[in-house]
Amino acid sequence: MWWRSASFILDRNDNLLQDDSVPKPESRLLSPPSSYMAETVHNPNSNPNPINKISAYYQTRAAHHGVVTSDWLAQAQAAVGRDQPSDSDTSLKSSASEKPFSVIEEFNNWRKQPDLAEAVAAIRALASVIRSSEANTIAELQSELKTASDSLKSWDTTSISLTAGCDLFMRYITRTSAFEYEDFNSAKSRFLERAEKFGEISYKARKIIAMLGQDFIFNGCTILVHGFSRVVLEILKTAAESRKVFRVLCTEGWPDRTGLRFANELAKLDVPVKLLIDSAVAYSMDEVDMVFVGADGVVESGGIINMMGTYQIALVAKTMDKPVYVAAESYKFARLYPLDQKDMVPAVRPIDFGVPIPSKVEVETSARDYTPPQYLTLLFTDLGVLTPSVVSDELIQLYL
Amino acid sequence: MDPRRAPRTVIDPKVRQVGFFAPPDRSQSVPLPQSSNSPSSTPLSDLSPSGNSLSPVMIPPPRHLSDLSSLPITAGLPPTRLSPPVHRFSGESVVPIGSYNPSEFASPSVGDLFEDKNARSPGPRRSRGGGGSAKIASSLPAGGFELPPEVKPKSLTTVSVFSNLRPNVTEKLVEKSIESQDGSGANSKQPLKEKTSKAERRALQEAQRAAKAAAKGGNGVANIKTGKSNSVQKKDNASVAAPSEKRLGDHKDKDRKKDVPHPRMQFDDATRVEKAKKRAIVKQTEVRNRVELFRHLPQYEHGTKLPHLEYNFFSLNSNSVHPSVYKVGLRYLAGDISGGNARCIAMLQAFQESIMEYSAPPERALNRDLTAKINSYISYLIECRPLSISMGNAIKFVKTRIANLPLTLSESEAKANLLSEINHFINEKIILADKVIVRHAVTKVRDGDVLLTYGSSSAVEMILLHAHELGKQFRVVIVDSRPKLEGRLLLRRLVAKGVSCTYVHINATSYIMHEVTRVFLGASSVLANGTVYSRVGTACVAMVANACGVPVIVCCEAYKFHERVQLDSICCNELGDPDAISKVHGQKEVNHLKDIADNENLQILNLTYDVTPSDYVSMIITDYGMIPPTSVPVIVRELRKEQIWSG
Repeated sequence: MWWRSASFILDRNDNLLQDDSVPKPESRLLSPPSSYMAETVHNPNSNPNPINKISAYYQTRAAHHGVVTSDWLAQAQAAVGRDQPSDSDTSLKSSASEKPFSVIEEFNNWRKQPDLAEAVAAIRALASVIRSSEANTIAELQSELKTASDSLKSWDTTSISLTAGCDLFMRYITRTSAFEYEDFNSAKSRFLERAEKFGEISYKARKIIAMLGQDFIFNGCTILVHGFSRVVLEILKTAAESRKVFRVLCTEGWPDRTGLRFANELAKLDVPVKLLIDSAVAYSMDEVDMVFVGADGVVESGGIINMMGTYQIALVAKTMDKPVYVAAESYKFARLYPLDQKDMVPAVRPIDFGVPIPSKVEVETSARDYTPPQYLTLLFTDLGVLTPSVVSDELIQLYL
Repeated sequence: MDPRRAPRTVIDPKVRQVGFFAPPDRSQSVPLPQSSNSPSSTPLSDLSPSGNSLSPVMIPPPRHLSDLSSLPITAGLPPTRLSPPVHRFSGESVVPIGSYNPSEFASPSVGDLFEDKNARSPGPRRSRGGGGSAKIASSLPAGGFELPPEVKPKSLTTVSVFSNLRPNVTEKLVEKSIESQDGSGANSKQPLKEKTSKAERRALQEAQRAAKAAAKGGNGVANIKTGKSNSVQKKDNASVAAPSEKRLGDHKDKDRKKDVPHPRMQFDDATRVEKAKKRAIVKQTEVRNRVELFRHLPQYEHGTKLPHLEYNFFSLNSNSVHPSVYKVGLRYLAGDISGGNARCIAMLQAFQESIMEYSAPPERALNRDLTAKINSYISYLIECRPLSISMGNAIKFVKTRIANLPLTLSESEAKANLLSEINHFINEKIILADKVIVRHAVTKVRDGDVLLTYGSSSAVEMILLHAHELGKQFRVVIVDSRPKLEGRLLLRRLVAKGVSCTYVHINATSYIMHEVTRVFLGASSVLANGTVYSRVGTACVAMVANACGVPVIVCCEAYKFHERVQLDSICCNELGDPDAISKVHGQKEVNHLKDIADNENLQILNLTYDVTPSDYVSMIITDYGMIPPTSVPVIVRELRKEQIWSG
């Protein structure tokens, strides 16, 4: 899957890409691990706590996007009840090595960078597990990695891309049979090499998708965007930079108002943008030429799990024969197969209605929905532009 | 651009050639391979086990058909190399096999047919005509009956007499061979038939039969059915030159290879049917009123085979079918073993037993001889009941393993190797696969669900029981249908375990579907376009579920996947006993069809399988996980890759 990456498109359009978009931590990754480790020790970051029901994934996103929601309260709570994850940390530490090292801390460290996707942060964190490991055998190293990725996954079970990213990392790292024939040190360095490569590919994914996706934007078109997807933003940015003229309609994106933030970003790029309330999608669908959405996760059927409201937009678009394009990195491909909306791990998110709600009234707090593949037109991934049915093909090949 | 499971809008009529096997010009398009495929020129590579392993089991692409179709030509041939004129003779007598001559099915009079045949037979054969018959006439009595006894394969001694009143049967051609065998030296192209009276012909036949019996010492099974006035004798050719010892082996092998009828033989092709019948161990009677649209499928009287076979059990020729295989065949026939997995496991275990007791004859390679042996078993099993696709895949596996046995292995090692491979297959591809399927499927069962299943699928049963063991709170609706009523057994077992069940017949599907949350279905096979080939009625249930928005989950082990594509359930299917639907046991008052069952206006169709389009399937659960129906080709591809690597 990864070796088929369409990264050639980056090489071809090297001059088109601006280097300043690469954040500085990236260069630090390639620096020797010593400075790296020093940073992890004094990591003051608090773990958002998964014990209360709020999806950590959405907390992270809210923090990244600087949206003020009632999550503040939740985070404060999390800071109080911090002991619990640190328990697992200590157990991990003891099993891994005497060194005070924790994947979770490492992960959180990476996670703080707003431009870095959660899965990429996890991949980076896992790579540093290999780096700092003091294991003496391959089996030991592998089991260490396994514990680390398990603890990462259990840190936030609601994040699909985190789980999928960890799984894919494990597959990618360990999927060579030649380990038996070499000594441990070279094997470990090979592990590390692959891990770094994987991190690199994952990081580049967004750029690749942007290059692939911007071809679908033609001059004078109107694009409907739902939610704040960094990939979609990248696509639009790339298209704007190549001087395409287009218009964007942004949904508001209740309850965390991600659409407002997205509109802000677009306004900075001088792209004409119009805000809609979420319920105005069908009203304005006739002037839309295509729908762009991101994805929290791409599931085996080829459908996507994304922010609440994607399904209804896809339904409306399908009814009006508008194409729905999904931009998603391939580390979001997950071995899940929801049969219907309720057939998922619920990701709950508090909703602030602004007015007190009587306790008798039930509130639907689910943060995302599932869009079946028949409502999607194409998926832009770093593997290329895929039809929904190819997702399963890729997954089978990787996991077989 | 197009959605994956868009509603199917194809309404334009499909032009389908039901029951036709090939365009009429096919024999002309490939005249050379056919004519050169005489036994004398058959390259030895044809006999290689790998070649063997493909032809009988796999459903080969059409180009293979031409090879296969030429096999019956050689079926009746004596086990020697023939001189060209002799071959010409025998080839002539069976012309209709190789060339699909449309006239076979149309021309009513023998004379016409005969002329027609000669006029149309492909070039190479005709060019070899002329003086051939005279030579044969002279060579026949000399060479034909001087065979050393151990040389004779059974087909040589089989004298089968046909009693077919239908004018479109093409056996009249054989007249010619009778004429020439008689030594009269008559020009075989001359339609003599009209001139000879019935009595004359009869006398002729009797004489020949007597002569033959005397020559052979009666060591064969004479499969004689006489008594019909218009009977025509078809005699296998006994013309031979003295064979060399080495070739003997080859020919024996070839004969066995030929024994395997094409798994999807077209049963409206009279010539082939006759050919197949001659080799058959199982005696079958055709149904009187065959369903027109399904003439290409075997339609035999049910219940007639079993007593005959049972009777034959003790007079079994040890050469032909191993007793354990015979037993399994009988159980297929009797319906004791049904269900894809059960049949497959039973067959593999029978093969194991036969392999255990097998020992290769001296001066023959084990893998060749064993393949031939297995082929003859398979042909027997097909006669008992058409192979399921899963069995076909398993057979393919066994044969690949036999063919890939290293020649350096000793016999006992090779056998042990094979046995463990087969064990491995059963464990990994069937038993373990089921466990994996259950593990996946259980995650789709939630508390409060109402699960619907149709018929009785072993995989679904395991899923339901496991979910129940896990303490999930759910209810099961079992939909059942006549005539098999398999759901009752499932119902019985589930209720015994304390699962709450509802039992309805398929008529009530649309009523019950509104309360259902998941539909779990088993499958006999899943084809490359995602089509699910399963017990008849499955498609109906899936469509109703789809219309009601209920997800349809198909549980099928990956070894049952097949790369074929099928759009309807007509071209490949199995027909059950028509009596089963015309009669209702124990209820005299509804047996309205009893006395008109033989009415020629009544055609009773009892289909066994049907085909569910992939649009109605939400998910397929296999041992590779949960996949959408569009990903079946990926699995098929990966499986084949796996087989090539390990093979």
